[in-house]
Amino acid sequence: MSGTRRKISVVPCSGIGKSLGAAAREAAYVLAEDLRPDKTKIVALSLLVQGDEDARREVAGGEAVAIDGCKLECAAKGLACSGASIVHKVAVFDVVRRHRGLKPEGVCDLNEDGLRLARATADQAAKIVDDVDAEDGRA
Amino acid sequence: MPNLPRKKVGLIACSGEELPEGTVTRRAVRKVLETLRPDDTVTLCLPLFLAGGEGERAFARHYPTIAVDGCDKRCAALATEKYSAKPAASIVVTQAAKESGCRAIGTARHLNGSGLRLADAVAEKIVGETDRLLKRKPSDAGRAAGREKR
Repeated sequence: MSGTRRKISVVPCSGIGKSLGAAAREAAYVLAEDLRPDKTKIVALSLLVQGDEDARREVAGGEAVAIDGCKLECAAKGLACSGASIVHKVAVFDVVRRHRGLKPEGVCDLNEDGLRLARATADQAAKIVDDVDAEDGRA
Repeated sequence: MPNLPRKKVGLIACSGEELPEGTVTRRAVRKVLETLRPDDTVTLCLPLFLAGGEGERAFARHYPTIAVDGCDKRCAALATEKYSAKPAASIVVTQAAKESGCRAIGTARHLNGSGLRLADAVAEKIVGETDRLLKRKPSDAGRAAGREKR
């Protein structure tokens, strides 16, 4: 397929009070910078909350991935309110349940367990991105 | 009225994940909360305004807030005003960077030394606004600084 492909928007939690929010943010960076840089783009949740037109245009009508730190699911709600056609939810609080041994700590600077949790979360999100890509016939 | 903490200032960082300046807002706010003014400040989660966080909205309606934004779009200030009340003070990192002659500050994921210093400078600005809003006396501010050193 030729032409410019629209990247899948990735919106992480913007929480600054808990380690799981920090892990969500780090997972988004791992996904968009390391694992799937050609297929994904981070969109700041604050822009969607504020109603920024450019950010809303970025996500409107397309499938997107929300990476949330807690059950309040602010990123998923922000995407839904901004017109994303399908919001794929990745929940750090679910990932940490599957990795019981991890004890993430830190907000500005995650500890090693926090970085491992972020990597596991990013891996899950990468599978979603690949599935979306395949369904679009772009893989 | 909800049972809210007394004499606190709410800090709202844009936390913009796309830009290094967003990372500066997060780091600066955390420094104020954790070490510079832990007894005087709380953080409010910006996305919770949209997601229906009534505690966040109520606090910002009844107590002074400081919006800390990474860029001139001022998402934190505007969203706070839209969903709750106008912030009592507003700080924009790009403006602070200009004032301090700071240019390349690293990436959103990893701030460099210059970015970390800028975060410290922004934290000091937040402290100044916090003290002004709480009408702190210089001696009070001195005691707070002493707590940080310990």
